[in-house]
Amino acid sequence: QAGGATQHSFPSAAATMQFMLLFSRQAKLRLQKWYVPLSDKEKKKTTRELAQTVLARKPKMCSFLEWRDLKIVYKRYASLYFCCAIEDQDNELITLEIIHRYVELLDKYFGSVCELDIFNLEKFLLAREVQETCKKNVLKAMEQADLLQEKTENVYHSKSFTGCKKAY
Amino acid sequence: MPAVSKGDGMRGLAVFISDIRNCKSKEAEIKRINKELANIRSKFKGDKALDGYSKKKYVCKLLFIFLLGHDIDFGHMEAVNLLSSNRYTEKQIGYLFISVLVNSNSELIRLINNAIKNDLASRNPTFMGLALHCIANVGSREMAEAFAGEVPKILVAGDTMDSVKQSAALCLLRLYRTSPDLVPMGDWTSRVVHLLNDQHLGVVTAATSLITTLAQKNPEEFKTSVSLAVSRLSRIVTSASTDLQDYTYYFVPAPWLSVKLLRLLQCYPPPDPAVRGRLTECLETILNKAQEPPKSKKVQHSNAKNAVLFEAISLIIHHDSEPNLLVRACNQLGQFLQHRETNLRYLALESMCTLASSEFSHEAVKTHIDTVINALKTERDVSVRQRAVDLLYAMCDRSNAQQIVAEMLSYLETADYSIREEIVLKVAILAEKYAVDYAWYVDTILNLIRIAGDYVSEEVWYRVIQIVINRDDVQGYAAKTVFEALQAPACHENLVKVGGYILGEFGNLIAGDPRSSPLVQFNLLHSKFHLCSVPTRALLLSTYIKFVNLFPEVKTTIQDVLRSDSQLKNADVELQQRAVEYLRLSTVASTDILATVLEEMPPFPERESSILAKLKKKKGPSTVTDLEDTKRERSVDVNGGPEPVPASTSAASTPSPSADLLGLGAAPAAPAGPPPSSGGGLLVDVFSDSASAVAPLAPGSEDNFARFVCKNNGVLFENQLLQIGLKSEFRQNLGRMFIFYGNKTSTQFLNFTPALICPDDLQSHLNLQTKPVDPTVDGGAQVQQVVNIECVSDFTEAPVLNIQFRYGGTFQNVSVQLPITLNKFFQPTEMSSQDFFQRWKQLSNPQQEVQNIFKAKHPMDTEITKAKIIGFGSALLEEVDPNPANFVGAGIIHTKTTQIGCLLRLEPNLQAQMYRLTLRTSKETVSQRLCELLSQQF
Repeated sequence: QAGGATQHSFPSAAATMQFMLLFSRQAKLRLQKWYVPLSDKEKKKTTRELAQTVLARKPKMCSFLEWRDLKIVYKRYASLYFCCAIEDQDNELITLEIIHRYVELLDKYFGSVCELDIFNLEKFLLAREVQETCKKNVLKAMEQADLLQEKTENVYHSKSFTGCKKAY
Repeated sequence: MPAVSKGDGMRGLAVFISDIRNCKSKEAEIKRINKELANIRSKFKGDKALDGYSKKKYVCKLLFIFLLGHDIDFGHMEAVNLLSSNRYTEKQIGYLFISVLVNSNSELIRLINNAIKNDLASRNPTFMGLALHCIANVGSREMAEAFAGEVPKILVAGDTMDSVKQSAALCLLRLYRTSPDLVPMGDWTSRVVHLLNDQHLGVVTAATSLITTLAQKNPEEFKTSVSLAVSRLSRIVTSASTDLQDYTYYFVPAPWLSVKLLRLLQCYPPPDPAVRGRLTECLETILNKAQEPPKSKKVQHSNAKNAVLFEAISLIIHHDSEPNLLVRACNQLGQFLQHRETNLRYLALESMCTLASSEFSHEAVKTHIDTVINALKTERDVSVRQRAVDLLYAMCDRSNAQQIVAEMLSYLETADYSIREEIVLKVAILAEKYAVDYAWYVDTILNLIRIAGDYVSEEVWYRVIQIVINRDDVQGYAAKTVFEALQAPACHENLVKVGGYILGEFGNLIAGDPRSSPLVQFNLLHSKFHLCSVPTRALLLSTYIKFVNLFPEVKTTIQDVLRSDSQLKNADVELQQRAVEYLRLSTVASTDILATVLEEMPPFPERESSILAKLKKKKGPSTVTDLEDTKRERSVDVNGGPEPVPASTSAASTPSPSADLLGLGAAPAAPAGPPPSSGGGLLVDVFSDSASAVAPLAPGSEDNFARFVCKNNGVLFENQLLQIGLKSEFRQNLGRMFIFYGNKTSTQFLNFTPALICPDDLQSHLNLQTKPVDPTVDGGAQVQQVVNIECVSDFTEAPVLNIQFRYGGTFQNVSVQLPITLNKFFQPTEMSSQDFFQRWKQLSNPQQEVQNIFKAKHPMDTEITKAKIIGFGSALLEEVDPNPANFVGAGIIHTKTTQIGCLLRLEPNLQAQMYRLTLRTSKETVSQRLCELLSQQF
């Protein structure tokens, strides 16, 4: 590294997510989204390590952690922990608010959080980047998609999915 | 999955899912799944053509099974078929399956690409969106090959819907990240830049991410984005909290976009004056807003607002060019240090670390020392305490080293185990670096061993021994101190090692005192012997044989010990061999031979502190370099050249008996001093590269040059391809400069040839030596070049550094002035007021005085001025000038041929915003040059 104060020569795009995990207080993984290629083994190890570290932290502690060469930004919602990995130069606070907006969207649209839902939130986050920050626009896009659906049979509510990751 | 769940219930799927949920055991679940897989397989293989609905249902089941963690090895073709359906849900499930379960089956990829191509051409925004999201999710090379040409067209086409534009921008970003070579820059780039002006803030947000990434590698293509980004930012930060309506997040206007725009600006150096003025206004507005009362009590409001603030501060630090903003940033962070939000305290500590390395804000950061120390003591979260340790380390300089080291030591007693080793390293480095008094250094290290012996790595105790051996003024003290420390009934084994080594070398210095007579010393060490591990015992045996030489009177006692069965017949080969050989040596060798063989260790060659190297390894180089750079003081340490030496453990550090004892050749004495000025070294040949012409000086090079007059480290040059950083140190008439060439691109630089060019008349005044660097610099890599500098006599001009290389087929040629200036060879001289004026009068010959009256170019700040005069190299003499507003300095310029005493006086006139600078030296050219150099600084 060259000397000098101004050596952040490779700025990334402020909050480029490496991955996002959602796990319960019992360390059960509820949701995962990986934006970097990792082997399954590596993913499992990462998840286990992070859940352990994050769950061990006390309520008033700060929401940021150094972990390997990444920064972890986490936040607890009821019994669920959202946990994002960002790069060293990325903005922690804005990441915290990405989590919050994510939760708001999940809440607003689904009523409750479901494992499969994350795929439909590409309107908000795509290719590691925030795409659309306006809540109304994201929801509008998602509702438009819904309108295209054929109306058939009985309504199958998304909540049915919620419990599908059973613990044995 | 609402697309499935709302209004499109697939009964079969619902039944299946509820079956799975009702399974009582893992086995039952697997059984149910296998049954379903068999069913789906038979349906897919069956003769009857399936309709879209059934296909969708089965693919959906497969997807669900996959998400439960089971492998899926069929169904891909059916999923691909769904892509060409005209029903949204069928298409969507198809894309979902492909995104999750795609493999590089080339046959399949062709079909998928075909379907995507149709959707992209469909002009149906929802279908286009699905297709773009699929490309962005998969992002494979095959997809890049197929769509890297098409996506930019969609992105900039006039009739593309906003939502499609957003997806296209991020899709392109993904393709560029995976396969940059497949995304050629073209006409579209200028139109993408103009998306920064788009009406739709969502489009701007997506486009900014894309531009930021593209601009890093293609700076020229995107340079117009700077002024557009500044305008956009300016509109956002000056908007009222409701102007942006839906893009206002908890009363903060477009925080994501603001952060992204600020980050984009970090890709470029500070802009031209006009744009810069507007940017400065934006940054000031953001800083001002931080002082306004919050518009909401919600944490989201403060987080979003502060996210923008921290991003603005990191841009200010990155530009490192506006002292006012830097100081304001520092004050703002100072407020956060005491904020009740733990997150803000954490971030403030973190940001301040980088501020501490700026010339302009280092002093301002130092004023927060008490708060930071308090954080170390009271923070309940170890990650925050860790940041406090980092910041203390970064703000440390000679003025506060004793306090900081003491605080870190006392924190170490209770520190978390996870960070102890790092604190030990930091304390050891600071103690060495800022040791004015080496007794303090020795005390500090012994304290470290006492408090956290287990965390004191070999590097640390090797280092204290190296330093004691190299400095004869501390040897007696060290011997006395370790002797006293060893009196403790239980002392750490590392202390026994240090004690054994030091007494073996310098025990004679305290042997005159009957309380530490040779026999007492020996008995003390030997009382620890049996509790120690094998390597330590081996070391102690070497100490004993050194005692035989130092103190003939204990020879027989030691021989008895060596002769005992527990030594001579020790099961450990190393111990046994030492005992046998030392015993024999002590018996057969004459006093003269003993004295030669067991002579005191020669000084260690100067090298990078091995502990610094270790910390770098632990924390990554950037953190440490940053901290290193903060220091304006010249290094006067015996050791501490920042160059890693490959043989990092010296002969003395290894427990090998022969090297330890003989010290012949293995650790040759290489006293600090001039590098050989002629001979084998490759002298810089000015005309070696005569074939290609040297580029004219890079724009801005003059400014950068001036910035280095008062500092030794920093970034000398930066464009979009290359960053040149410098670290240098000077002592008397010698200096060493480390030039770091960083390849900012992901592509190799070829034929990379930096050359130093001395104008004709400079050559006889300044000797520069360096070695060529590797002609290939990998993408993202950094190479280092060392220049040894000797000042023969005073000089005016500066050498030029010319760099030529090939980058992606184009020839690059950059020239910058290398900031080696006469004042670098300054040694500060303290003197009393009386002395000063006496010398001042002696230098009253008109040729000896040079005076310059000039207008202030920077704000007239006393502290900054003082720092600059010290950075310039002269001593700053307080209370010498009868007018306290004036600054007075004194020093000696060292050249090989002569030494020139220099006095200076700087008189600010605040009202007129002017300065008068007077230089008096015994040589007219020196007065002239120093006056020129220093005048540029204010």
